[in-house]
Amino acid sequence: MTNGAMKKQSLVERLQYIDRRIIFAFIAVAVIVPLLIGAQLKEKTTPIVQAMFDNVEGLPEGSRVLLSYDYGPTTAPEIQPMVDAMVRHCAERKCKMYMMAVWATGHNLTGETIEGVLRPDFPDLEYGVDFINLGYKAGNQGLIRLILVDFKTMYSTDANNIAIDDFPMMENITSLRNFDLIVSFGGGFPGIKEWIQFAGDPGNIPIGGGCTAVGAPNLYPYYPSQLVGLLGGAKGAAEYENALIIAYPKYEDYPMAGMSLMVSQTVAHIVIIFFIVFGNVLYFILRARGMTKEGLGGVR
Amino acid sequence: MLNEMIGLWIGAFLTLGIMSFLYKDNPWYKICEAIFIGISAGYWFASMWWQNLVAKLIDNLWPALVALGHGEIQYNLVYLVAAVLGVMMLLRLVPGVGWLSRWPIAVIVGATAGLQFINFLVSNGVKQIRNTIVPLFGPISDAGGIPPVQSWEEALGNVVILVGTFTGLVYFFFSKEHKGLFGGTAKVGTWFIMITFGASFGYTVMSRMSLFIGRLDFLVNDWVMVTLDFVGL
Repeated sequence: MTNGAMKKQSLVERLQYIDRRIIFAFIAVAVIVPLLIGAQLKEKTTPIVQAMFDNVEGLPEGSRVLLSYDYGPTTAPEIQPMVDAMVRHCAERKCKMYMMAVWATGHNLTGETIEGVLRPDFPDLEYGVDFINLGYKAGNQGLIRLILVDFKTMYSTDANNIAIDDFPMMENITSLRNFDLIVSFGGGFPGIKEWIQFAGDPGNIPIGGGCTAVGAPNLYPYYPSQLVGLLGGAKGAAEYENALIIAYPKYEDYPMAGMSLMVSQTVAHIVIIFFIVFGNVLYFILRARGMTKEGLGGVR
Repeated sequence: MLNEMIGLWIGAFLTLGIMSFLYKDNPWYKICEAIFIGISAGYWFASMWWQNLVAKLIDNLWPALVALGHGEIQYNLVYLVAAVLGVMMLLRLVPGVGWLSRWPIAVIVGATAGLQFINFLVSNGVKQIRNTIVPLFGPISDAGGIPPVQSWEEALGNVVILVGTFTGLVYFFFSKEHKGLFGGTAKVGTWFIMITFGASFGYTVMSRMSLFIGRLDFLVNDWVMVTLDFVGL
């Protein structure tokens, strides 16, 4: 063993090889503590989210809003808060809500909204009159293209196999053109892009979107001409909730999932930024001493 | 309540098992991974069976075949073509006649291309180009459907769209060597692309963090709290 190898390492040198699991532990603590506290963080609503909110707010009573659940359980923590907020908003505006899914995994999540938001908070709303669950149909963008022309060819029954014509709110629904607004929640394929391509643009129907943060950068170019608004990730959900609270102060003390998510999100990001800065400072100190990993013979 | 508790504990067992990979690879993680893949495959198989094969093929074709048995020819017999193509796709698994699967693949590729072409061209081509035709200063009348600039922030944003689009396109023009003014413009395009990648990466981190928070929220507020409530603590 050489003298160099035997030489005791300084703290700065040892920190260069900090175990990644220690960083994971910091992130875990940064997320768990805000969850235990149960705090909420208000997000200032950005124009693209405000535009989405204003569009729903401007809908007259009885307007038809199609909500497409184009996501699954894997992205539900990000998407579900924005779905809940928008459904709550639509219910406040007394819009007719039509829930459907072009993702097989989205079908079960419609139940989350019905049982988690509509039944407890809007008990006066009636299934088949004020809202309906049309369920999942296979076909991806082909399905969207077909229901743009003929809705009832694909949807002859609701999700519970009850004939669609038995529901009052399905009267006069012949195609997607009968809807005042379509909102797709997702970000993957098929999703918002396909709704724009196969319904919004050819049918001249207003399309809104709520997507995962990963998908948001690819969808911003469609706003404002092809998308009336877009909610990007947990932040978009929190911004929408903030707009909802401003317009409807009764939700001031209401638990909002997006705002809760943003507390942990913010603290975790601060921790990540701290470690990025910390790692860079260490690197420059060691480089000044000629003791970077590369200088010592490669990454260990 | 007991059913809910069992569900919560199974969920917690699987969540912690997947997260245990952060410490190191281990049998618990492997078991949870295998369960996840198995359930996903089963879910998709059942979904495809009931939504595609049964709902679209069998439900349409069977009555037509029954009617054919009574001497009546119905339009839905056309679904026989889809059934034959489906069987041809499966022939890929049969040595010697596997080449027959190329026919249904050709139909799928052709039909998808035909379905997508016009819509993609309009929404992602023509309309996206149209979206970059924006006024740089205002007020300008909205002649031609182009709305006037409302504020200096919007004007600045429009300048960024113009410069970013133009320089980004220049960067991907490889028929001319990137030197001089052309090279400088391409360099600016590189910066715009890098900033875009950076924004995408930042959003990706936020997205993954949201999923992590979602699982920890389940563990803390559902699993632990409900369990404590269940045992009366």
